[in-house]
Amino acid sequence: MINKTFESVAAALDGIVDGSVIMVGGFGTAGMPSELVDGVIASGARELTIISNNAGNGEIGLAALLKAGRVAKVICSFPRQSDSYVFDELYLAGKVQLEVVPQGNLAERIRAAGSGIGAFYSPTGFGTLLAEGKETRVIDGRNYVLEMPLHADVALIKAEKGDRWGNLTYRKAARNFGPIMAMAAKTTIAQVSRIVELGELDPEHIITPGIFVQRVVAVPLAPISKANVN
Amino acid sequence: MTVMKKLSRSEMAQRVADDILEGSYVNLGIGVPTLVANYLGDKEVFLHSENGVLGMGPSPAPGEEDDDLINAGKQHVTLLPGGAYFHHADSFSMMRGGHIDIAVLGAFQVSVNGDLANWHTGAEGSIPAVGGAMDLATGARQVFVMMDHLTKTGESKLVPRCTYPLTGIGCVTRIYTDLAILDVTAQGLKVREIVADISFEDLQTLSGVPLIR
Repeated sequence: MINKTFESVAAALDGIVDGSVIMVGGFGTAGMPSELVDGVIASGARELTIISNNAGNGEIGLAALLKAGRVAKVICSFPRQSDSYVFDELYLAGKVQLEVVPQGNLAERIRAAGSGIGAFYSPTGFGTLLAEGKETRVIDGRNYVLEMPLHADVALIKAEKGDRWGNLTYRKAARNFGPIMAMAAKTTIAQVSRIVELGELDPEHIITPGIFVQRVVAVPLAPISKANVN
Repeated sequence: MTVMKKLSRSEMAQRVADDILEGSYVNLGIGVPTLVANYLGDKEVFLHSENGVLGMGPSPAPGEEDDDLINAGKQHVTLLPGGAYFHHADSFSMMRGGHIDIAVLGAFQVSVNGDLANWHTGAEGSIPAVGGAMDLATGARQVFVMMDHLTKTGESKLVPRCTYPLTGIGCVTRIYTDLAILDVTAQGLKVREIVADISFEDLQTLSGVPLIR
């Protein structure tokens, strides 16, 4: 019997080593797998490269990982936010490297990695600082920049429900990077609000089929606000 | 010059909203452009948010906020009946693939040929953050810029050539300022309407580039 579910976050994260490239889902805190990131802190892994849309909010999740000094490099689209002070301080002190990627190129580079695409031409960023040094090409009279896929050793994502085959559904705009990051990593670890019996998820509603997911762990919703359980 | 009457941000938002046709797929950038949503009236306009929402509705009532339902500015929003959620690659396919009719963006500078600078000042010690700005600038069918005509120190934000790092080349189609509405044309910036109580000559004097009447 195939069972991809794990009893604890620590067990689900087993095997993350120093120097790993880790994708972390979420847009701001929506879809951020904070408990998995906390688990990475507990694992002791360091010199990590993090691929995520942002670079942490407040002092939870990714911000806590940064604060713990475990991150060597961040690849993201939008590090600077009203509550990104942990990243801001580390970056300005030269303690973390940053690669800024236009958000659509970030998403497509992740998708490309998961889809076996060697590289692709994107119009986004042509003629800007973020395309400096990159190969360009004119196709049908339009300018494009060659963008490379972004692979990862591990993807940490947050989903709504999961089953023992790794099938996942998501909740509202917390879906964001989850489905594409799941495709792009060697090992995808999903924290879900609830693990359900095989067959309980409507096959018409499964967003990420289990082929893209290696490990599932239940992290029940913390009762932060009543709105969260709508 | 005497004190001139300029459009407020809300009035600018109203002007932009007036030019958005029912049935348009529209992305409103972070900041001032989000005000446009308040002035669309009864028109059915599909608001897109880069983080995977189409058919975005107004802010939720107090107590109804849902942390899984936010906009690009990470503010709580709602979903209209008929709205949809999707992942990031689909969301940016909508933007980059030319499916978004209009993007409304803020700007530091717009050049006479429609180059846009709105993501980074390039200043020492500033942290670059681009988000979806370049994808929207490059991918939307029309890019409307909404900005003050002048900087706080009185310099024109319409420039011969952007001095801030570029977001996109030749991507802006129309500019709404507190003084005028202008179209970017092959001949240069053409004034559609002066919205402050100033003459064309006054507007020309304040602008950093030649304007077409």
